[in-house]
Amino acid sequence: MTSYIVIALFAVGIGIGWLMRDKEKARKGVDSAVTWSVYLLLFLLGISVGINDEIINNFSRIGYKAFWLTFGAVVGSVLLAKVVYQFFFKTGNEE
Amino acid sequence: MKGSLIILAFFAVGLVGGIYDAFPSWLLSEDLTTYALFILMFLVGISIGSDKNAFYVLRKLNFKVILVPLTVVVGSLVGTSLISILLSDINVKEAMAVGAGFGYYSLSSIFIGQLHSQELGVIALLSNIFREIITLLAVPVLVKYFGKLAGIATGGATAMDTTLPVIVKFTGKDYGIIAIFSGIVLTILVPVLVTMILEFM
Repeated sequence: MTSYIVIALFAVGIGIGWLMRDKEKARKGVDSAVTWSVYLLLFLLGISVGINDEIINNFSRIGYKAFWLTFGAVVGSVLLAKVVYQFFFKTGNEE
Repeated sequence: MKGSLIILAFFAVGLVGGIYDAFPSWLLSEDLTTYALFILMFLVGISIGSDKNAFYVLRKLNFKVILVPLTVVVGSLVGTSLISILLSDINVKEAMAVGAGFGYYSLSSIFIGQLHSQELGVIALLSNIFREIITLLAVPVLVKYFGKLAGIATGGATAMDTTLPVIVKFTGKDYGIIAIFSGIVLTILVPVLVTMILEFM
């Protein structure tokens, strides 16, 4: 349920943002509010991770998984980017 | 880079405080995080919707640029799902959810932590920070071997802001606008795809 509410709020936000696009001052305010909510949420995520012994005791394994997932995402994207570039973007004078 | 250090610092303060039980229990309430997430997503929506640059960029591009963010989506999801086969303790769905962060570590980690588990949230945080760091460091090499879309592809959602300068520097100004376009599309897709992967797979 949470996820649908979040996506709905996100979509409504985009619409409201579109209406606000000429209000420079309000936009700046929104951007700094975004920054501070990110700080707050990461701080809260940190706390809930800190009190979770299972995560703390497995931190190196978590880092290991994160590293290999990054590797997969980067290699996958870059290889496909090479193909797409060759077929659709490369121009004759870039041979 | 400075931004990610500040974010990591907030995470680390929370983490250390959590380990030593330094915070009052109301800070740990599920509801607080949920409402903060609601506010955040609403604000992120406003921020994207009010970005005039986004609409300017759209008018200047031709149809085939949609292939660029699509490349990042397919490449990241296929890449991470293949990795999940090699790792015993993560399934395809979890791996793809992390991959669907596209480097947008703040949002994806918060989202995944809330919708799935804190452990996967931490994995998403680290993995997507690594992605940004790799992009910042490796764009020159990647562009050399994988062509001019490589930097935009590794950058993912960050190609519109934090990694844009290096991308432009090593692939040229004409690719800057494609980088911004791809970054915007991916930024919008992060919450949508993460939700779809975690809820429907």
